[in-house]
Amino acid sequence: MKFVDEFRDGRLAQTIARAIAAEATPDRRYAFMEFCGGHTHAISRYGVADLLPPQVRMIHGPGCPVCVLPIGRIDQAIHLALQRGVILCTYGDTLRVPASDGLSLLKAKARGADIRMVYSAADALALAQAEPQREVVFFAIGFETTTPPTALVLQQARRLDLRNFSVLCCHVLTPSAIGNILESPEVRELGTVPIDGFVGPAHVSTVIGSRPYEHFAEEYRKPVVIAGFEPLDVMQAILMLVRQVNDGRCEVENEFSRAVCRDGNLKAQQRVSEVFELRKSFEWRGLGVVPYSALRIREAYAEWDAERRYVLDYRGVPDHKACECGAILRGVKKPTDCKLFATVCTPENPMGSCMVSSEGGCAAHYTYGRHRERAA
Amino acid sequence: MSRGRPYVRPLDLKRGCVDLSHGAGGRAMQQLIDELFVPAFAGGTAVARGDDGAVLPELAYGERAVIATDSHVVSPLFFPGGDIGSLSVHGTVNDLAMMGARPLYLSAGFVLEEGFGLGELARIVASMGRAARAAGVQIVTGDTKVVEQGKGDGVFITTTGFGALPAGRALSGAHARPGDRILLSGSIGDHGMAIMSLRESLAFETEIVSDSAALHDLVAALLAAVPSSSELADPARGLRLLRDPTRGGLASTLNEIALQSGVGIELDETAIPVRPQVAAACEFLGLDPLYVANEGKLVAVCAAADTDRALAALRAHPLGADAAIIGEITDDPQHFVQMRTGFGGRRNVDWLSGEQLPRIC
Repeated sequence: MKFVDEFRDGRLAQTIARAIAAEATPDRRYAFMEFCGGHTHAISRYGVADLLPPQVRMIHGPGCPVCVLPIGRIDQAIHLALQRGVILCTYGDTLRVPASDGLSLLKAKARGADIRMVYSAADALALAQAEPQREVVFFAIGFETTTPPTALVLQQARRLDLRNFSVLCCHVLTPSAIGNILESPEVRELGTVPIDGFVGPAHVSTVIGSRPYEHFAEEYRKPVVIAGFEPLDVMQAILMLVRQVNDGRCEVENEFSRAVCRDGNLKAQQRVSEVFELRKSFEWRGLGVVPYSALRIREAYAEWDAERRYVLDYRGVPDHKACECGAILRGVKKPTDCKLFATVCTPENPMGSCMVSSEGGCAAHYTYGRHRERAA
Repeated sequence: MSRGRPYVRPLDLKRGCVDLSHGAGGRAMQQLIDELFVPAFAGGTAVARGDDGAVLPELAYGERAVIATDSHVVSPLFFPGGDIGSLSVHGTVNDLAMMGARPLYLSAGFVLEEGFGLGELARIVASMGRAARAAGVQIVTGDTKVVEQGKGDGVFITTTGFGALPAGRALSGAHARPGDRILLSGSIGDHGMAIMSLRESLAFETEIVSDSAALHDLVAALLAAVPSSSELADPARGLRLLRDPTRGGLASTLNEIALQSGVGIELDETAIPVRPQVAAACEFLGLDPLYVANEGKLVAVCAAADTDRALAALRAHPLGADAAIIGEITDDPQHFVQMRTGFGGRRNVDWLSGEQLPRIC
């Protein structure tokens, strides 16, 4: 497959692996957090960890859009579908996230709710046009990558005066999450999470550019290397991080220069700021309530805002007591540190959100990496 | 066919559609059977029609009867490379073939939705008849029920197959042993991606064609070259098992084998054939071809000593031209399926979790 196979080449991987092994000082430990679920998935699926020397360790970050979605938001979506009779559209992985009362969107569907999986926000808009007698709500989740398409459909809906369409907006912001992790006591004071650098987001950075990370590199003295989602991208980024650490540099470097520039996609940013504004606070699963970390729909689009239209109140719901998703999302714990992992919590029956999406740290480890525990 | 049963006018295959009377047991149902099903399934010899069941001839001495059943709910009903009719024959014929049995007879149960076009039904039934004749099996008994509009989705078909297992032959998912080799008869993911390309919510243009095919002839060729270990009476030789990786894909089939035989499996990613179009479509949709359904492929596990012979036999047959050795059976108390990735690492290949795509077959 052109433009894909080149970035999965096993021989090139060996070359980079040799360089990492040669350059990583044996008596030093290197711990890097891959922020994105896309990286977590690539590392697990291609066995990237097997190509790293023992002193280089990867920590899964919170960048899996489904994983950081709190129970209370899913409950809102289920309420709309079950009690208010709307057609609720959302991306595939969201369907299986556990919510209150043993429900998930998929289970609500089995109870008669009209829930549709869509591949794009535009599909949801098209559905609203095709079924004018039904109310259609698009449950919009994700980081900056999925935000511009949502902005676009909201603008289209207003232009078309499409009154049976609205958006339940749960878009969140990457820099806020990184800042929250760096500010957390585990990283700042206790030193329980020794993060030496970040593999920075791929797709998110195509939109926001590399500039927003410069603050972290400077302020917190952490190197950032923005990397694509292919396994060779990740390997190359790890090598670049090892070099920064060795040189004592804390810079933002861009491995993913084939798609990311410093300023990002200005047109997309423009659309997003036309439609959305910052939320004062938003609850994240794992990170808790983080100020100014998410987006809400501007007053001008109030008509198409499901929260206003259906007068939805947000009610936070605590996670299962034994579930360690929170600590795992902050990099404090590994999936195997959780008592529920692979016992009662499995991809078939996820208790916590990290087990739901293939980008979640727990699901990736369960699906691709369980043989590792035996070797250890 | 309709001799002695005077119908006022023949079925209107152009504009007519299924109504509730077609499943009511009266004259309308009899007309549907006489004019639509019987001619399509004609070609049988030994079996009398019109009774509640079919009396089958005796099997050869020492042969044992094998039975398998499969329901088909595929959506859409027609897809590149086949339709629900041919699929319902291939699915059950293949289940029999994977047991090492010679497929002989099928029963066919139809659940039709009120309002479904008789013309489309005729197309499906004709395709079923063609597939059965091509596979050398006879459809000897059947049933038709009609459900109200909105209670079904056009047509659902259940087929039950009946085959003959030669004396001494035994193939089972429980027979794999550490050291055995795993062979795959061709590329994976074709059927699933062909169906997926037609789904309304996805609809992408592609030339991917379903691999739906009856595999009994390929199996016969393989077994002629490498008989089952029990036939050879030598545990170090022979074919252990056959499986067709349908729903859940190759990954799920291999996990079933590992669990059933109490072994582990080690795969080589670079050896598994995937067509470029299928790989691209999977990439685009975020799917792993290991989990995508096939309808015309088989997995064979054989003793290491017979690997080359088995591979040659598969490759000599048109349905196995792209056959490959994809891995081996290992000793593993945890029954993991693992894979050496093309990238140079290792990973587990787990069961499919959840539903990748509903109503694929």
